[in-house]
Amino acid sequence: MRNPLSNTVMKIQPSGIRKFFDIVSEMKDAISLGVGEPDFDTPWHIREEGIYSLEKGRTFYTSNAGLKELKMEISNYLSRRFGLSYDYNKEVMVTVGGSEAIDIALRAMIEPGDEVLIPQPCYVSYHPCTILAGGVPVVIELKGENDFKLTREQLLESITEKTKILILAYPNNPTGAVMTREDLSKIVDVIIEKDLVVISDEIYSELTYGNTHVSIASFPGMRERTIVINGFSKSYAMTGWRLGYAAGPANILEQMIKIHQFAIMCAPTTSQYAGIEALRHGDPDVERMRDAYDQRRRFLVHSLRNMGLTCFEPFGAFYVFPCIKDLGMSSEEFATKLLQEEKVAVVPGTAFGDCGEGYLRISYAYSIENLKIALERMEKFVENLRKKGVNDRK
Amino acid sequence: MREKILSAIDKNSRISVEDLAIMLGASQEEVAAAIKEMEEEAIICGYTTLINWDKVQSERVTALIEVKVTPQRGLGFDKIAERIYQFDEVQSVYLMSGGFDLTVILEGRTMREVANFVSDKLAPMEAVLSTATHFVLKKYKEHGLPLVQPHNDERMLITP
Repeated sequence: MRNPLSNTVMKIQPSGIRKFFDIVSEMKDAISLGVGEPDFDTPWHIREEGIYSLEKGRTFYTSNAGLKELKMEISNYLSRRFGLSYDYNKEVMVTVGGSEAIDIALRAMIEPGDEVLIPQPCYVSYHPCTILAGGVPVVIELKGENDFKLTREQLLESITEKTKILILAYPNNPTGAVMTREDLSKIVDVIIEKDLVVISDEIYSELTYGNTHVSIASFPGMRERTIVINGFSKSYAMTGWRLGYAAGPANILEQMIKIHQFAIMCAPTTSQYAGIEALRHGDPDVERMRDAYDQRRRFLVHSLRNMGLTCFEPFGAFYVFPCIKDLGMSSEEFATKLLQEEKVAVVPGTAFGDCGEGYLRISYAYSIENLKIALERMEKFVENLRKKGVNDRK
Repeated sequence: MREKILSAIDKNSRISVEDLAIMLGASQEEVAAAIKEMEEEAIICGYTTLINWDKVQSERVTALIEVKVTPQRGLGFDKIAERIYQFDEVQSVYLMSGGFDLTVILEGRTMREVANFVSDKLAPMEAVLSTATHFVLKKYKEHGLPLVQPHNDERMLITP
């Protein structure tokens, strides 16, 4: 039989997270700080709206780009929260989670050989989706000393004749870094001058601690060259509903909708009705969850620093990204041993790109009680490592 | 700061000052002082435990009593409310808008005990015009918390 598989697909490495997941899932009583989704249930009024839509028999396809009411609410939301103005009719589409939006944005824009700039450490899908779309991923290795922000210099260094797209993902998974208005203003003119398009993954935009999130699309001259991607998963604790959206210039959205129409048809109808409720009445829920995350964030950063780990203060998402370079082992080794010895699961930074080496992603989408137990165990582990290190040197 | 402390301890009064200070990004002294002040000002009136007594062997009944009263000149409803809430078996007293004046929530060991309280203590009070007693059959949620076992974390252990 002939080889039924595509070489392009075969060449893609399985996600590092997958590998670690397999090890963790064999440990029955492990405490995990490894998830990338909220611990809260979707607020009841939102779930209830989904149930009601089922009761009413709203079980049909919606139009490809999504329910008109939902697109209108999305457009209102983007305007009221981030000062972005999009025509709901032509510049907004509803997708199956933010991840679909990333995929179809890349597919709609990439010509074979186009280079896509991917600042790492980052979410795991940008790199493979670029390859699947026929593009060439160009990794920018972000640095701990810059708090994992994309600097003007690093951006300039990475641009070639073939560079077409920059993927920007702030607040960032896995580092928790944010880019403020000031940080963004330093790269905007480069993007415009070099005629790049930005895919801005803003899925964690509601989870910032300190300043409100600033979208790069709100800068003059950026709107026509930015696809804003967002969704309901993180802000409203709706990961399982698979509901996201993209907003951007009509000419790009039109092509994205075309792909979506053939590949997906439409986002789940039940989820779309729930999404309308979330945007109309969900602000207090977002605030409540953000406050809870913020408290855990302070707690986690404090505890990690107490262990003597270098940990820059993350102002977004629900991750901290402590550095373990001085403990004399790789991220994966650390994570594996921590799991075996203390039964605490964290994700090695390398799962998010090679430059994540020496770091760990620790999620605080857990109750304080849970975090406390896990951190006590981790502290014990780190102390033992340090003692061992001293003895080895003797 | 005060409101942040209150909303944090509202659902979990066992949280230590040390942890609270870290979580709110304040110093321990600051948090301790704010709590002390609020205790003195009777903003924080006590620290209780939420117990599902249904799961404990001992017999216990809760009744909700609608009370109509005559307000007293110059004192309004406060005087009569005070006369009622002084009884140990009274758990809560609220002044209500609408068809009756006071809601009295009562806890007793038996229905007879509650009935005796109403007929011997509450109803005979001069200001009390009428009472209507409702017994609680089952409690589902109190103080914003469901009285059930929290459900397990069903998330996958590691996700991107």
